[in-house]
Amino acid sequence: MADEARKMGSREVIAVRHLWAGYDGEMVLQDVNLSVQELDFIGIVGPNGGGKTTLLKVLLGLIHPTRGQVRIMGRPIEEGRRHVGYVPQLTEFDSDFPINVWDVACMGRLGDRGLLHRYTKEDEGIVATALEQVDMLDQRHRPFGDLSGGQRQRVYVARALATEPAVLLLDEPLASVDPRVSSNIYDLLKRLNDKVTIVMVSHDVGAISSHVKTVGCLNRRLFYHGGDALTQEMLELAYQCPIDLIAHGVPHRVFPDHAAHGGDK
Amino acid sequence: MIDAVLEALQFVFMRNALLTGLLVSVACGVIGTFVVVKRIVFVSGGIAHAAYGGIGLGYFLGLDPVLGAVVFSLAAGLGMGAVQRRTGERADTLIGVMWAIGMATGIILVDLSPGYKADLLSYLFGSILAVPTSDLMVMVVLDVLIVGSVLIFYKELLAISFDEVFATVENVPVGAMYLVLMGLVALTVVMLMRVVGLILVIAMLTIPAAIAGRLVKDMKHMMILASGFGMFFMTAGLWLSYFLNLTSGATIILLAGLGYLVSLSLQWLGTRSRRLNTPAKG
Repeated sequence: MADEARKMGSREVIAVRHLWAGYDGEMVLQDVNLSVQELDFIGIVGPNGGGKTTLLKVLLGLIHPTRGQVRIMGRPIEEGRRHVGYVPQLTEFDSDFPINVWDVACMGRLGDRGLLHRYTKEDEGIVATALEQVDMLDQRHRPFGDLSGGQRQRVYVARALATEPAVLLLDEPLASVDPRVSSNIYDLLKRLNDKVTIVMVSHDVGAISSHVKTVGCLNRRLFYHGGDALTQEMLELAYQCPIDLIAHGVPHRVFPDHAAHGGDK
Repeated sequence: MIDAVLEALQFVFMRNALLTGLLVSVACGVIGTFVVVKRIVFVSGGIAHAAYGGIGLGYFLGLDPVLGAVVFSLAAGLGMGAVQRRTGERADTLIGVMWAIGMATGIILVDLSPGYKADLLSYLFGSILAVPTSDLMVMVVLDVLIVGSVLIFYKELLAISFDEVFATVENVPVGAMYLVLMGLVALTVVMLMRVVGLILVIAMLTIPAAIAGRLVKDMKHMMILASGFGMFFMTAGLWLSYFLNLTSGATIILLAGLGYLVSLSLQWLGTRSRRLNTPAKG
């Protein structure tokens, strides 16, 4: 853990200060503070309805904060979000949509290639490199709808990489893929993390805490200390319910893991 | 048979009708593909019926009803797009309201207009056999406009159809692009109104694209193939209606509908035989 911490730069990629946001006057996010350092790999867990999606939407500039300040690479969101590579959930896709892998990945270049401009040779090179990184370049002519869940997820990661991001933002990347595939994707993310900061939200406490560098708990308020351990206290504060309720299915990965981390220190 | 065809081709109306079918099919295939993949079939229906209000206005003011239809369908398309994006009002409710108000406005305005309105029905059910040569030029211009706009904004239109959120994050002007698409749908609707009538517009926008979508998995290929299917249905339907002495618009639609059912059952048979031939995974 110590050398991983050393690899992290000191530049602040995302800065969230006293953020309040929500819908129709109901504040889903309350006084959220978060500082994402360069090359960090942050996992944010929390119950459904706890504000994970809302936080993502704020970071992507899809909803405006009611109060507080958000900066990406030191800039306001609408400018800063061009440094964000967004990887959505798999579920929001119509598998009949007529598009191939290559064209999906090319959308990562939209931000740099504005209206009335065609994709350039340079764009094609960047897209090819991105697909290569996720091991999908040889599948570039395949219809996107024919891919498996894990492959689709990797193409979404390639599309995000094609934006040449400073930070990858992933929304429940492993929600609908089987465990073998999800460990592949974690390996991929771990490799990418050498060059790019990663922020990932998930409801899967067990899986996320064993792969990320730092972890936070979000339930309207964000409990984040910049450490890699998900403490029982954080979970209890965030979930406001007995821990065994949320650890269903993977109790061994949550508790002994953290007991061990505690012992290390 | 060949003699009869040659004889029919002597008539200007028949030649114009065939050319109209070909010209309309281009717009139909290109815009129909967006309508199908972006699932705005009923938006298009709403725009088509709202256009009737424009026809009524044309009669009332003594102007060309087609001009009124263009104005109304454009206004309906842009208006609905804007309201839907801004208020988050349920789209289907909005479409239903627009659909009905447009039609009702048209009926009242026609009531209030003096004079004989023989060709009113032709807007409802189409009049491909009565297209004057001057209109052919208008259709060429509309085709160029529609295909040109899609070519120019292709990567953005593809992006907002595939993943609106990602397009927004990439700072694609999603709202403006959506309105461009709505405007193109409105123009296509007006062109189609000539052929099949506004009541049946939805069929020609969706059926060729839907069949093409089963066969190819690339948006550009889908547009080309859909235009091809459109041309086939238009031409074959026109000849069929000529020889059987039936209403041309409805014949074209029924033929297209039959084509859709055939493609549906072929696909069903295809997946079934594939399932039978694939050994179960262990």
